[in-house]
Amino acid sequence: MPAALHAEWTKLRTVAGPAWLLAAVVTLTTAVSALAVQANSCPSGAVCAVDTTRLSLTGVQLGQAVVAVLAVLVIGNEYSTGMIRVTLAAMPRRAVVLAAKAAVLSSLVLAAGVLAVAGSLLAGRLILPGHGFTPAHGFALLSPGTPSVLRAAAGSVLYLALIALLGLGTATIVRDSAVAVGIVLGLLYLFPIVANVVGNAQWHRHLEQIGPMTAGLAIQATTDLRSLPISPWAGLGVLAAWAAGAMAVGGLLLRLRDA
Amino acid sequence: MTAPTITPYRSDAPPGRDGFAQLVRAEWTKLRTVRGWIIGAVIAALVTMGLGWFAGVGGSSSCSSGSGPARSGQACAPQFTEGPGGEPVTDTFYFVRQPLAGNGSITVRVSSLTGELPVMHRGLVNPNQQERFRPGLQPWAKAGLIIKDGTTPGSAYAAIMVTGDHGVRLQSDYTQDTPGLPGAVSPANPRWLRLTRSGDTITGYDSADGTHWTQVGSVRLTGLPPTVQAGLFTTSPIYQSLTENFGGGSNGSEEPSKATGVFDRVSLRGSWPASAWTGSYVGSGDFSPGIGSYRQSQGRFTVTGSGDIAPVVSGPSGPGGPVITIANLLIGTFAGLIALIVVATLFITAEYRRGLIRTTLTASPRRGRVLGAKAVVIGSASFVTGLVAAAAAVVVGEAIARSRQYIFPVSWATELRIVVGTAALIAVVAVLALAVGAMVRRSAAAVTLVIAIVVLPYFLAIIAALPDSVADWIVRLTPAAAFAVQQAMPAYPQVEAIYSPAGGYYPLTWWAGLLVLAGWAALALAAAIALLRRRDA
Repeated sequence: MPAALHAEWTKLRTVAGPAWLLAAVVTLTTAVSALAVQANSCPSGAVCAVDTTRLSLTGVQLGQAVVAVLAVLVIGNEYSTGMIRVTLAAMPRRAVVLAAKAAVLSSLVLAAGVLAVAGSLLAGRLILPGHGFTPAHGFALLSPGTPSVLRAAAGSVLYLALIALLGLGTATIVRDSAVAVGIVLGLLYLFPIVANVVGNAQWHRHLEQIGPMTAGLAIQATTDLRSLPISPWAGLGVLAAWAAGAMAVGGLLLRLRDA
Repeated sequence: MTAPTITPYRSDAPPGRDGFAQLVRAEWTKLRTVRGWIIGAVIAALVTMGLGWFAGVGGSSSCSSGSGPARSGQACAPQFTEGPGGEPVTDTFYFVRQPLAGNGSITVRVSSLTGELPVMHRGLVNPNQQERFRPGLQPWAKAGLIIKDGTTPGSAYAAIMVTGDHGVRLQSDYTQDTPGLPGAVSPANPRWLRLTRSGDTITGYDSADGTHWTQVGSVRLTGLPPTVQAGLFTTSPIYQSLTENFGGGSNGSEEPSKATGVFDRVSLRGSWPASAWTGSYVGSGDFSPGIGSYRQSQGRFTVTGSGDIAPVVSGPSGPGGPVITIANLLIGTFAGLIALIVVATLFITAEYRRGLIRTTLTASPRRGRVLGAKAVVIGSASFVTGLVAAAAAVVVGEAIARSRQYIFPVSWATELRIVVGTAALIAVVAVLALAVGAMVRRSAAAVTLVIAIVVLPYFLAIIAALPDSVADWIVRLTPAAAFAVQQAMPAYPQVEAIYSPAGGYYPLTWWAGLLVLAGWAALALAAAIALLRRRDA
């Protein structure tokens, strides 16, 4: 296993793509969070039902797309260049190969995620007080010392790692980068769009409970937890189930198929 | 001796032609012989249809309020009153009236319009009776004169009124609206209103001092019976409090509001057979619970009412709960779009990956035409797929949904525009994906880019925590503007509602939205052709 980890790390660090994509995760997440925070304001005297932590972490909704693409490319590029044959010839224990890819990818995404989430919360802490979200108005300054904010931040970092695993599993199943990207982005962004249209309140709630993004992002909520479709950690659990399922099926197919 | 002449070999086959049609045929062969791409197109159609039918099935479990689940096969009774044009309307107000037999006119001075709004905190009403209302006037609260064909909700009418924030208006038949004198009404700043009926034509006048009258407008209500009801009315639309749930759209809570208008100097001309005024509540009462009253003392009328005389708007903020239009049945467009984006991108990037691009460019050195032929092929294939999918989603989805929930009726021309427009949208996005794929030459990057500029703006506009102004500009400038073809209901300026993409209202008209998308695709295609010519392969 250590040799496999070393091999996968070499593959990722010697190509320019992953580094740029990780940088893009950090910058896009922080930028979109800053934009979302900048665009909201709470005039004095009004009651604003705004979850400032969740608002500051809005950028994760775009950063997750870049994470998904990175995860898909980690194995998709091997198939498109034909290098998968070399990899599987050198490391015949295929489960180890997939596990090593997952481990290296998750650690990189966790690191980038920490930077991205820290940047988003910093943007929120700096910008929000100037837009009326002051302690006097009932909105505490965003600080990692608050348990709920810490939960939201740590949960968002874990969220990004789980999205990466979901992408890796999907790409292993379909073996084509473009199709895998389409499937993963569709799974993420279509559940809330479809749920929005369904009139039946019960079905709406169920769709939001099983969708990977809608359930996973429940971890970011710090206020009004009763109105969430699913409780925060249970939501992250739903996303973990999606990721585990994708990785399990991918691993099985990797073993059963030719390459 | 001479060498025997050797006839050079000449093939019997006809000479090949290097025409655009042959190129299109070659590209079509490439598309149809890759089993995976055909499967992708079929999946796109199936997913579009499936999600549309799901939206049709997943409606409210009860059809009309309080009647329980609808039995299968039974058409759903409309929840809303229908106006003279068949459109769903709300017709709720307090009416102080007398019958008008034949021609005549009624003049009145409105000296005040005040109102009360419900006290709501985080979407809930204060249960304490005394503190349920606070002073406040809805911008579209109305008080004035109305001539109506009876008191049945949904009947034809013409009304001239003062409003909370929009001055004097002449409105008729729920959808017509003409402005008059601007400015709010107060005892120091009264407004005089007059309605004159002559046969089928009703003319409205207003004045600031009672002597100098201006005609605001004239409407013709065909088929008006000889005896109509005419008099004073007051009404005030539902007060909406919107709380946004990030990642789950927004919840609207609505409570009725009240308005009180003070009228005096009432003067009647013409044939008014009765001598006393009757005050009554007009409306279906299913949403505004019968709020209304009037007091008359020495020629001064104080009329309080609640409700609205306006068309119903669709979307999450519609009265009585979410209602759907056939545009909701096309929610599957996103899924089908993603699948066809993948196919269109692979159509060009697979050539690069497999090396077929060298053969293609050797066989057809005119590179612009190669890309043009590809665009023609993938555009037509996507158009046909989209047309089949959208038509099936709408036709079958409507049949499924009609027995379960109320769908807003739209004219067949609108329905045709929505279906064909969706197919055109899908086709142009496929061409855009082809162009981006030709520029970037990497399939995953191209798919991500195209999904980011087509699907994500719509997603950000309706789901994420961006305020309306930012979301508005995002939907105007990105290719997601083309989703305006799916707008089924017009946005009425005289009805206060949240007109947002979440409810099916887009900032651009349908042809402007398609033009924006076509502009993006044309630019991308031009750039792709330029790059293809300059680069090696």
